Amino acid sequence: MKERLESIRNKLLPAGTFCLIVLLWWAVSALGIIPGYMLPSPLDVVSALVRDFSNLMFHAWVSVREAIYGLLIGVLLAFGLACAMERFGMLEKAVLPLLVVTQTIPTIAIAPLLVLWMGFGAAPKITLVVVTTFFPVAVGLLDGFKSADPDAVALLRSMNATWWQIFRHVRFPSALPFFFSGLRISASYAVVGAVISEWLGGFEGLGVYMTRVRKAYAFDKMFAVILLIVIVSLLLMKLVNVIRSLSMPWLKYRSETAGGNGKGRIAK
Amino acid sequence: MELLRTEGITKSFENRMILRNVSIHLEEGELISLLGLSGSGKSTLLNILSGLIRPDSGKVFLSGKDTTGQPGHISYMLQKDLMLEHKRVIDNVSLPLIIRGMKKEEARAKADPYFSAFDLEGTQMLYPAQLSGGMRQRAALLRTYLGSRGIILLDEPFSALDMITRSQLHDWYLDITDKMHLSTVLITHDVDEAILLSDRICLLTGVPGEIRHEIRVDVPRPERRDFSLRPDFMDYKRQIREILEESMKLSAEGRYGE
Repeated sequence: MKERLESIRNKLLPAGTFCLIVLLWWAVSALGIIPGYMLPSPLDVVSALVRDFSNLMFHAWVSVREAIYGLLIGVLLAFGLACAMERFGMLEKAVLPLLVVTQTIPTIAIAPLLVLWMGFGAAPKITLVVVTTFFPVAVGLLDGFKSADPDAVALLRSMNATWWQIFRHVRFPSALPFFFSGLRISASYAVVGAVISEWLGGFEGLGVYMTRVRKAYAFDKMFAVILLIVIVSLLLMKLVNVIRSLSMPWLKYRSETAGGNGKGRIAK
Repeated sequence: MELLRTEGITKSFENRMILRNVSIHLEEGELISLLGLSGSGKSTLLNILSGLIRPDSGKVFLSGKDTTGQPGHISYMLQKDLMLEHKRVIDNVSLPLIIRGMKKEEARAKADPYFSAFDLEGTQMLYPAQLSGGMRQRAALLRTYLGSRGIILLDEPFSALDMITRSQLHDWYLDITDKMHLSTVLITHDVDEAILLSDRICLLTGVPGEIRHEIRVDVPRPERRDFSLRPDFMDYKRQIREILEESMKLSAEGRYGE
């Protein structure tokens, strides 16, 4: 009961903060502190979202599709490379520093190049999402593989387990929590990555919609599309969380016995 | 029948000798302790017995067969129970069978009948996090038993538990040793535990560790339950303490090996 109350409070607090900010925003535009054509009131934003809903949904679906394809490809590549780096230490030494360096290249700088190379279709968008989502997952997995308890690895070695058996029974499961932390970050990058690449060329998608309404100075629609991107990203992160709890059913028992060797417990 | 024998095990790491000329033997159904202070090379010996590392010289024989440096024959259990949190208890316990190539269902079927003997009935489908410390330790023992081909190697298995749980597990282990006819090598630094459980205690002393003394504890298993409260328990304890103190003095003076 107490825990339940606590969980309600933990949800109410951020929701309260959010409402307060929206209220402030509304007050600022209603009192005319910032003129309405520059900062539309929250009500205008919602009404723009409702009025243009079918059009927005069409563009959103395009971006989400690019984001999900990119995310899937990025995760698969990251998975393959992380496993290969775990298997062959030389590969890790050779590739990992380069990977870190590539992360310092701003996404916005390579997006126009991708458009020049691949045209205005979905390919450059998906590629950009792949590039942005790949790294968090790959590094998460690699750290996860290394987080495996060396004593557990030694125990399996004493059972004469092969590399693959140790990987399957110990290393991979230990890496799952790390993998999902990486995936959650990647999921939030994915939609943004797709939108950014759409700014720079294309015919459909939320990024294209954004450039159009910007040229028309339709601030309410600008805010509406930002709101939509936030919602879509949150939904995607939520989806990752659902997959996470489904694939790690043992986690829900974790809190019951912290530690593991059960100090202070009496047998049976 | 002799199950395990080592002959003249010697091992150095980076020019420092850890173990010298260690020879032990274990009969079927016997429980022996390797008792030593910290730094006496106990963990190294564990790794050599389990085949994870190879001694510089000396050999390990299992039922007369040379298995030096070969893993997969003797399974061990540590102070950490090393239950894999992501596997149900039954899959944790049957892991050694799966490593040997058995199918999951087959391994489960093979492990299941042992749950009642190890006082774990009903925990099969739970996750380790749902078990108490004592139950986790028993589950780890069952896994060790299923992975062993007759010999169980215990490295301070009960030292992380509270006093009551530990003494319950001591009694339980003596019972199950008879019931399942276990043969055990117990590595420990706990003098009381060694006297309480062992048929023989091999004292690993000095640097490098050597076995210079062996003490036979002649008390039948059924009498062991109250053994720790009896005067002859104190006699054993005094005798061992004198040996340990003497050896510490000798190594402090650097006179070992003379």
